[in-house]
Amino acid sequence: MSGTLDRQALAALIAKDIAPGSYVNLGIGQPTLVSDYLTADQDVTLHTENGLLGMGPAAQGDEIDEDLINAGKIPVTEVPGASFFHHADSFAMMRGGHLDVCVMGAFQVSATGDLANWHTGAPDAIPAVGGAMDLAVGAKETWVMMNLFTKTGEAKIVPECTYPLTGPGCVSRVYTECAVFLIDDQGVTVRETFGTTVEELAERMSVPLRSLD
Amino acid sequence: MPKHFLDDVDEAVACVRDGDTVLIGGFGKAGQPVELIEALLRTDVKDLTVVNNNAGNGDEGLALLIAEGHVQKMICSFPRQSDSWHFDKAYREGRVQLEVVPQGSLAERIRAGGAGIGGFFTPTGYGTPLAEGKETRVIDGRGYVLETPIRGDVALIKALRADRAGNLVYRKTARNFGPIMATAAAHTVAQVHDVVPLGGLDPENIATPGIFVQTIVTVGGPVAPETTPEHEEEQ
Repeated sequence: MSGTLDRQALAALIAKDIAPGSYVNLGIGQPTLVSDYLTADQDVTLHTENGLLGMGPAAQGDEIDEDLINAGKIPVTEVPGASFFHHADSFAMMRGGHLDVCVMGAFQVSATGDLANWHTGAPDAIPAVGGAMDLAVGAKETWVMMNLFTKTGEAKIVPECTYPLTGPGCVSRVYTECAVFLIDDQGVTVRETFGTTVEELAERMSVPLRSLD
Repeated sequence: MPKHFLDDVDEAVACVRDGDTVLIGGFGKAGQPVELIEALLRTDVKDLTVVNNNAGNGDEGLALLIAEGHVQKMICSFPRQSDSWHFDKAYREGRVQLEVVPQGSLAERIRAGGAGIGGFFTPTGYGTPLAEGKETRVIDGRGYVLETPIRGDVALIKALRADRAGNLVYRKTARNFGPIMATAAAHTVAQVHDVVPLGGLDPENIATPGIFVQTIVTVGGPVAPETTPEHEEEQ
């Protein structure tokens, strides 16, 4: 058995799980890596909240254009077949359930799919939510890509989120370096593990885990 | 009412009064009406409520409007960024109030404001701290939050080009909040690269019909070659 997955391998796994022809929004940070592993055959169309469907890779050199950026305000490119639209249309795509998949990072995910990823709840923190709440409840599938454990070793899949929620009951999958978790009405199911076992994970986590088989 | 076509950004922002709600377009630098914001900085208007996706970046534009005391309240989705130090400082010192709104609710509240809609129920924010104090309702088994419209006294937006009817076209992701903000203000000021004669824009491609625009101010500046209008190429 090999060890845990690194971020690149995890991004590749998520990319492979995206159904052909999907419209997808990749969150800022780690989830952006997923785009590197999407293949032309998959025919996936990337959405960015600031008004572009058909986003291409990051812009290089002469391609850099300050009128063409992504949600992280990084210069990007447009692919043939791309479209531009205003913010209300862009969020209609999200909230109206038109995006097939979004992939986001998280501070915590609960056993019932609650997502916490916008605010640590620290009293002196300045709140900033951006498009996270719209995306979390709007996409047909909300997947999380994160490390399973905090730096101090606590599992980030929890019975109930202690951080302020981004959206209740919206996460259906969690991709981590140790395992892929599926979340539905039955609770948390381990789809596959990397360099560990369901039993070992169960010892380190405080939510009940089911195996796929 | 006749539209105002100006070349002077200072004249263009003279309509802004103390206490106004000002909708300012842009997402990051894309679509940010930099010249209009700089003109506003040269005025002494104060107590503004500013609606923008962010709360200023670096040492320019909206960040300076906040730093120099023109703004009493920000309505935005994402104030905290690596370079939002002017907002951060003013907020922590209690000099500026903050209303954080999920980005899609911000956009839809502005759209509602411009469309004469008195409010709407959105699933965004339901069950989160941002729904506290707001009316909620369960519709067909799903929870929703009541959000109210946002209207501005003035909108300051950036478009690529206008024609003499005030119709606007934008460029790439610089469109963002421009079209909805144009609808939602009593007085919309659009800064554009250039103005073309009637018939110079394809009616099929107008993103903002001129009915939503009161003042157009030409600022010029560089523009990518593929968007150079035909009449310029002919000269």
